[in-house]
Amino acid sequence: MRIHVTSVQVDDQVKALSFYTDVLGFVKKNDVPIGGEDRWLTVVAPDDLDGTELLLEPDRYPGFAELKAALTADGIPATSFAVDDIEAETKRLLDLGVVFTQLPVEQGPVSTAVFDDTCGNLIQILQLSS
Amino acid sequence: VSELFHALAAPARRHILDALTQRDGQTLFELCTRLAAHQDDALSRQAVSQHLDVLERCGLVTTRREGRYKFHYLDTTPLRTIVDRWPIDTGKDDPS
Repeated sequence: MRIHVTSVQVDDQVKALSFYTDVLGFVKKNDVPIGGEDRWLTVVAPDDLDGTELLLEPDRYPGFAELKAALTADGIPATSFAVDDIEAETKRLLDLGVVFTQLPVEQGPVSTAVFDDTCGNLIQILQLSS
Repeated sequence: VSELFHALAAPARRHILDALTQRDGQTLFELCTRLAAHQDDALSRQAVSQHLDVLERCGLVTTRREGRYKFHYLDTTPLRTIVDRWPIDTGKDDPS
């Protein structure tokens, strides 16, 4: 068994694709209509095109709204991405206007930060110290 | 005052106040992150949340909702009641 796809629930797939590609730097992998306006929309890391896909999934299912609001209020990220240099990445995203709820914090072997994906989720970035 | 001393009596709650002196205005998640790095006994998110409730009730922590996020702030004002009751600067010469 492998982890082939993981997902974040987004309030708007068009806006999400723009944020996850233009701002975060991922690239679109799959974009397939699945009825109505919904798409099977995935992105991957630019240096790992065959790696695990991130599904930008519509969040219209009613349970998501409550869950996302609760997680976001407490600063809890929906998922976590690895970066090589968390200070540089944080500065780059801040310069692009991304809102952080947690600036980089060192916790033993890892440093983490948390930002808002503009689609109703918080995202953690994580650097493993060498 | 007894509520204040009760709040300060728990090591975990003192660690929370320590974490807030490192950076004021933290989400529950950031506080848990900082506590996880320094605590011998790991605290669950629920436990940290309950400790925060105790600290908030005696006024040592305040929360502010900013947009969709809730941040916790340190307020040391209640500590003044301790030195108001037992002054620490009475004008006496330092015994050392």
